[in-house]
Amino acid sequence: MSPSRLRPAVAAALGGALLFALAACGGGEPASEPDDKTIVLYSGRNETLVKPLLDKFSQQTGIAVQARYGTTAQMAAQLAEEGDRSPAEVFLAQDAGALGAVNKKGMFAALPAEATAKVPAIYRAEDGNWVGVTARSRVLVYNPALVKAADLPASVFDLTGPAWKGKVAVAPTNGSFQAFVTAVRVQHGEQKAKEFFTALKANDAQIRANNIEIVTDVDAGKVPAGLVNHYYLGEIAKERGVTPEQLNAKLHFFTPGDSGAMVNVSGVGVLKRSATDPDARALVDYLLGAEAQTYFAEETFEYPVVAGAPAPAYVPALADLKAPAIDLNDLETLEASIALIKESGLTP
Amino acid sequence: MALLPLVYLLVRTAEAGAGRIAEELFTGRVAVLTARTVALAAVVTAACVVLGVGTAFLVGRTDLPGRRLFAVLGALPLAVPTYIAAFTWVSTLDGFTGFWASAVVLSLCSYPYVYLPVVAALDRADAAQEDVARSLGHNPWRTFRSVTLPQLRPAVAGGALLVALYVLSDFGAVALLRTDTFTAAIFTAFDLGFDRTGALVLATVLVALTTVLLVGEGATRRRDARYAAVGAGARRPHTRLRLGPARLPAALLLAVVAALALGVPALNLARRLAAGVSRPGSLPEIAAAAGNSLTVSAAGAALTLLLALPIGLLVARAPGPLAAGAEGLSYLSHALPGVVIGLSLVFFGVNVAYPLYQTRWLLTLAYAVLFLPLAVAAVSAAVAQAPPVLEDVARSLGRSPARVLATVTVPLTVPGIAAGAALVFLTCMKELPATLLLRPTGMDTLATELWTHTGVAAYAAAAPYAALLVALSAIPTWFLAARTGALASQEGTR
Repeated sequence: MSPSRLRPAVAAALGGALLFALAACGGGEPASEPDDKTIVLYSGRNETLVKPLLDKFSQQTGIAVQARYGTTAQMAAQLAEEGDRSPAEVFLAQDAGALGAVNKKGMFAALPAEATAKVPAIYRAEDGNWVGVTARSRVLVYNPALVKAADLPASVFDLTGPAWKGKVAVAPTNGSFQAFVTAVRVQHGEQKAKEFFTALKANDAQIRANNIEIVTDVDAGKVPAGLVNHYYLGEIAKERGVTPEQLNAKLHFFTPGDSGAMVNVSGVGVLKRSATDPDARALVDYLLGAEAQTYFAEETFEYPVVAGAPAPAYVPALADLKAPAIDLNDLETLEASIALIKESGLTP
Repeated sequence: MALLPLVYLLVRTAEAGAGRIAEELFTGRVAVLTARTVALAAVVTAACVVLGVGTAFLVGRTDLPGRRLFAVLGALPLAVPTYIAAFTWVSTLDGFTGFWASAVVLSLCSYPYVYLPVVAALDRADAAQEDVARSLGHNPWRTFRSVTLPQLRPAVAGGALLVALYVLSDFGAVALLRTDTFTAAIFTAFDLGFDRTGALVLATVLVALTTVLLVGEGATRRRDARYAAVGAGARRPHTRLRLGPARLPAALLLAVVAALALGVPALNLARRLAAGVSRPGSLPEIAAAAGNSLTVSAAGAALTLLLALPIGLLVARAPGPLAAGAEGLSYLSHALPGVVIGLSLVFFGVNVAYPLYQTRWLLTLAYAVLFLPLAVAAVSAAVAQAPPVLEDVARSLGRSPARVLATVTVPLTVPGIAAGAALVFLTCMKELPATLLLRPTGMDTLATELWTHTGVAAYAAAAPYAALLVALSAIPTWFLAARTGALASQEGTR
């Protein structure tokens, strides 16, 4: 093979690729037929949890749901990259921060007031562009063999004390942990929040990649306690074929009003291109309806956010938690929280 | 095509502005991450070279008992995704986390990147040269060092480069074993506040690190080195070294490596399957996921090979700035994490190739961009060992360059090309982040199913997908081992 003949061919191929890559856009927006009885859903929530519910919805309404699953954070990045050419019509997210991030890009349409009105104001966007679907409480999961009931902390601030050195696991990259940081900042101010998280790190907080790891390790006695969302105990119990009460790991709820007792939501928003699509609206209504709300309480152990649905079995009622009031939607606040997490040294 | 991620990075980092870039990059944290990432890559690469060359030598050049079995076992760890290996290790051994844990798991998963090309090169190396050296009085060790080893240089360096790049881009293992590397930080940036820009600015550092690596690897290349056997007529078997009393310890050593790389994941998965009550989807669902994995991976391997062939030929036959540039570009994107490649193709799909967006085509393209170097390395190594003099002869006899390529060069390099295809295929099978971003809506693969089920702690449901993923990947791995000649090796022991 003669080099002199190969070279121009490869050069042309590379040049072509470059041109192709640089030749930016044009073309119309993806067509969204209103009332075509299908919707494209981007789900940052797990398929195992969401699909059975979507199947019921499709059966009842005849609306087919094309669901795309991914991690909430990467889907938010994907939506931002797609912009107004996104095929997505509805975004179902694991936490409020991601919904806030997409909303800040101006990609959500306003939801009708009668839909959002079903949900308490603290669990939805102030501008009405997204609404919470389920609530999850922050808790301390602990192993009674390693932590005596009498020693359980009243406030999350107690965890920086010497009694807890090296004994508490956290998952700082988790969305709920970030919301918890926000709660501390809003309630106690920047200075105290910074002191607290730096102290938590200095107290040898054990870093884990996610909440499941924390609960598994606490249950196995590898670490005495951890800060997680309440429903992971249910998930792990389900996998082992037991009730949450039968696990070694137990839940401790901080004193009502304490930052450690904050409540976060998973939620849903409708993309602008489907602002008037009755199919998208029907899905939002379904998720806030009695059937879906009951499903979440029974199957995923989360708190329903709409009045009237039964609470999950092994936890105190949502109303009794008296979560500290913070604006889950405030992304500026989220950025400050993240800066704080980075500064505290809890993340790489 | 390999330029896409770089163009995308350029566009997005330019948006960030100089202030933001400086703020993200010039921090103590970035310095620490860089140091740790480089150290991890160095340790894992060194370990893989030792394990890979050692295994290849024992299998290819000694009278090791059970060497056919070990020839396959040496390649199989490639079928185990690092996220599965890490997950099973950390749940088997308490507190198995941190830098050295990551180094162990990554080494055990990636030493076949060195083993496979080296065992192939050992088989193809000219036996006559070694015989001459020995007839001139060199002992076996000296022969190996002064004659065989130099011939292995392209294979070792190419494999080592792939290992180093893999370590730079790996997220699965380092996340589970809690080692904060650059790629871990990039993923964290996405998770923390959905900070796309910050993540992409960080990714530019990986590109810089890769450039340094490439320059380093280039410096080890010797100009005008000849790796092909010429003349000699029939191929002769290599002399196998008698291990004597070291036979059993050597076999035991390889068995331990295999047990660590394959046994730990297998046992742990079996235990999880027995302990959990969750169940995977119906058989048709599992079959559909397996079918999707196989078809997209096969398409990915085919496209990657198509793109790699001209680059590989150019690198081996016409080294120069153009070849180096094309090869270097293909490597640059290989060190980027899958999520960055995925987003760059989302960007490309949405802005340029909208009809392809969220179709199998764009996913296939993503695989090609991600794994091009695997194929380029295999093709160029194979071409380098095919004697150019045969092409010259064909041309002097009046064949056109295209006919020479089709009738001489390609047939001579088919084993190398096939090995490259198998390597790309099984790497595609394991890929997760880019697949999640680019797959057609509703399409599940074995890797995405595995991710779905482990996401809700449904380990028993996840285990069959993991087992199937490893089992299906084992087929091309077996083929790789067979192609390298380690299996079909000549039995002449002298």
